Amino acid sequence: MSLPIDQIRGLFPVLHQEVHGKPLIYFDNAATTQKPKAVLKALQDYYEKDNSNIHRGAHALADRATRDYEETREAVKDFIGAREAAEIVFTKGTTESINLVAQTFGRKFIGKGDEILISTMEHHSNIVPWQMLCEAKGAILKVIPINEAGELVWKEFEKLLTPRTKLVSVVHASNALGTINPVKKIIDAAHAVGAKVLLDGAQSTSHLDIDVLELNCDFLAFSAHKLYGPTGLGVLYGKREVLEEMPPFLGGGEMIKEVTFEKTTYNEIPFKFEAGTPNIADVIAFKAALDFIQELTKSKIRAHEDGLLAHANELMHDIKGFNPVGTASEKVSVLSFNIHGMHPFDVGQMLDAKGIAVRTGHHCTQPLMKRFGIEGTVRASFAVYNTRSEIEKLAESVAQIARLKNK
Amino acid sequence: MSTIKEVQEEIVSEFEILGDDKESTIFYIMELGGNLKPFPDSERKEENIIKGCQSKVWLIADEKDGKVQYQADSNTDITKGLISLLIRVLDNRRPNEIIHADLDFIQKIGMGSIIGSQRSNGLAAMIKQMKLYALALQTKQNA
Repeated sequence: MSLPIDQIRGLFPVLHQEVHGKPLIYFDNAATTQKPKAVLKALQDYYEKDNSNIHRGAHALADRATRDYEETREAVKDFIGAREAAEIVFTKGTTESINLVAQTFGRKFIGKGDEILISTMEHHSNIVPWQMLCEAKGAILKVIPINEAGELVWKEFEKLLTPRTKLVSVVHASNALGTINPVKKIIDAAHAVGAKVLLDGAQSTSHLDIDVLELNCDFLAFSAHKLYGPTGLGVLYGKREVLEEMPPFLGGGEMIKEVTFEKTTYNEIPFKFEAGTPNIADVIAFKAALDFIQELTKSKIRAHEDGLLAHANELMHDIKGFNPVGTASEKVSVLSFNIHGMHPFDVGQMLDAKGIAVRTGHHCTQPLMKRFGIEGTVRASFAVYNTRSEIEKLAESVAQIARLKNK
Repeated sequence: MSTIKEVQEEIVSEFEILGDDKESTIFYIMELGGNLKPFPDSERKEENIIKGCQSKVWLIADEKDGKVQYQADSNTDITKGLISLLIRVLDNRRPNEIIHADLDFIQKIGMGSIIGSQRSNGLAAMIKQMKLYALALQTKQNA
């Protein structure tokens, strides 16, 4: 049974508009997905009915808000197959989740001469926090190379992995290329040398079934807004035994057990890492996004998106001047490309004029762009509400634009 | 020679013909880029790049008979078109005229919504740099 895409599109008010006089085709889903009505309604309901601060209020509204907030934690736990809700920490986003690990786990367990392993295809948010940590601690950042297709070179990874490696932090699915990395194999290999593994799941969690127990990763970081949920909200999953060993991140309310001027003791996980009033409304509304995904099932979402990607490849591969960037055998629904003789920024602007929203530029992966010897790409990324006819419009538009410089 | 005001009015009326169709406007801007004179390779260096543009823009200025002569290039066609418009308005004029030029054609043709905010910031940076060159020349002339 395939998904009822027309019906699904009806759940996303933002899709039904014209831009520059043309029907909107939204292909910037790897940057952020649109939000279904249920998420918008949950946000409004919260502010209209339950708004209050959570966890310590002695009144009905605070009880309801606390219950709903913690229900999302449970839903996230189920979504990624964690053992318990206490292993789910709410953050501002993937970036904060990674920084949290760098500033707590990293500061405690990574020292001079220790090595952190990342890959060439990392987002800046999975590069810079480790550079900052390495600078502070005298640790060393090592980078797994990739091949022309945009896949990790396994032999090089094996060479780089040594008993000095304390952490491997890799992207599960590349935002710029779409490559799905063989994370299970990476995790097993890293554990064999005693290293912990962080997965940047920002791009994978919306497309792939994730089971953190089966993967056995130590950390998983991802963002709600790429999962049809609200912006400004992320998740850090960590194994209980690892989170418990970590010092707190930010200091303030909520994260304490007892404060005296002499000494403060800290709250249990996950609250130890959630200082201050959290993003209550967005956490609560995030559950509606997770329900939306769970109801459709990720296997059906992925099958639909894979179909769109295959259709796009089929229609576009022989356009004169069309150069795909990232041709890994395992990919999520990201189509990155350049047109010979044209700057990606110009191509993006011309597509925008046709009502097609794409991302152009380096996609916060400058070292990756350098690896391919390019300044950037045009990136079209597909989600569950995109259609085959939208792909056809994209292909037709790209062909028309490419003809300008590729006669 | 037409005044800055007159050249701007010409440009506005040319864009009016295109109407609201963003697509043809963008294509037109790209075509305008073809009007730029070839840029000397030796000047394609870091110090001639305008800061604040997402795409690369090189701009140099010279003096001839007390007037500013601009040359520019970019690695993107739309930006080339934009800078060719600025050169059409400001090139070969006395520094004083350039410094005090009110470039209202940009707003009149609704350039902001055509090129988006990132490129609008870049366009503002180009204008600033062109005026700075004029100011430098004026300072030299007055010295």
